[in-house]
Amino acid sequence: MRYILCIFVLTALLGCASGTQSPNLYQRLGGEPGVDAIVYHLIVNISQDERVIERFRGVDIERFRTGLVQYICSVSSDECQYQGDSMQVVHAGHDYTDTEFNAIVENLMKAMESQKVPTRVQNELLSILAKDYDSIVYR
Amino acid sequence: MKLWAATLALTLMALPSLAEENRSRIIATGGASTVEGSAGGGIVPMAVLSGYGAREEQGGAVFVSRVRVPDYDLTSFGGSWSWRNRVELSFADQRLNHPTLSAALGVSDQTIRQSVVGLKVRVLGDILYTPYPQLSAGLQYKDNHDFFIPAAAGAKRDSDVDAYLAASKVYLGGFFGYNVLLNGVARYTRANQTGLVGFGGDLNDDHQWQAELSAGVFYNKHWLVGAEYRENPDNLSFAGEDDWQTAFVAWFPNKHIALVAAYVDLGEVATLPDQDGWYLSVQGSF
Repeated sequence: MRYILCIFVLTALLGCASGTQSPNLYQRLGGEPGVDAIVYHLIVNISQDERVIERFRGVDIERFRTGLVQYICSVSSDECQYQGDSMQVVHAGHDYTDTEFNAIVENLMKAMESQKVPTRVQNELLSILAKDYDSIVYR
Repeated sequence: MKLWAATLALTLMALPSLAEENRSRIIATGGASTVEGSAGGGIVPMAVLSGYGAREEQGGAVFVSRVRVPDYDLTSFGGSWSWRNRVELSFADQRLNHPTLSAALGVSDQTIRQSVVGLKVRVLGDILYTPYPQLSAGLQYKDNHDFFIPAAAGAKRDSDVDAYLAASKVYLGGFFGYNVLLNGVARYTRANQTGLVGFGGDLNDDHQWQAELSAGVFYNKHWLVGAEYRENPDNLSFAGEDDWQTAFVAWFPNKHIALVAAYVDLGEVATLPDQDGWYLSVQGSF
């Protein structure tokens, strides 16, 4: 009897496990605290990067931070709705360069590494954000 | 031997001062240096330009490479300069030692030297960021300085120009979550063994389109494992010419150094069969 019960419990557990959805990208980035930390470190890295720091002079960093956290959440899960302007609108008229785009990507990679985000999770986020290149650069 | 050692020493001495300037493209996107000097893998060029200069910057690379197979060894060294991720100028000096062939032919010359001057222009795209591949067009002017053996083998001329189109793309997360590199080249050439055995021959003296492919998977941003394939013309009745293949591991510890180790299979080279062995390359980027 105990043996049968064991099998029953095991089967139920396995069924439960196979029924569980694999975590989405947002969760694999560490959920809210994970993405908060990545964006925080990205901003720290930007502040130490002479290639892009001038572009952030006069920018409301708190607004940039919450907007980016929300944007990453919205592209990596269906848990958030990004309420800011589109990437085209945000970047239009600034003539952001290929150099600056690469600098931000490098700073983001560094931020994710500091948070020990696994390579494949980094790749997935970068593949989504890379699509914004044409909306951002030389606009 | 001494010359490439000197190049390497100069490179290492020059690196710290050159490293001060920003080079903004992402690590590994400058590629390695091919034995012909253009940015790419070992034997197949890619659409990427050497160094890490973005479109407001410049950059370049110096390299030393060595191929060792049973009856030949090739040393190649050179450098390249890239401007605004648009134009790459490159140079390579190749020395092929062929003791077995010399003994078989009863000649005293044991070395063939060739220089390659390359021009590559990025036409469109970015290897990482655009949904379509980065596309570049290139020319390689090759000058074979020791034409005695190539002429005896039936080669028609000692210098010529190759033209090529290269398309390269890194698919981010494209291989079970790992980044995957795909690269295809169409080369218009009449070179025998890339020009080391001259250009054109009795069987064919026209340029032909040849296919070259490379593919690799990034374990992370520092390590790339992959393979290359290069189709070669068959212009000489003196000896059949096989296609070339490599399987390689490339290491990019930082944006200034790249090391490549490979197994190479060159097939039959100038009547000597089964030329497979190893390839090593060191590149410094600035």
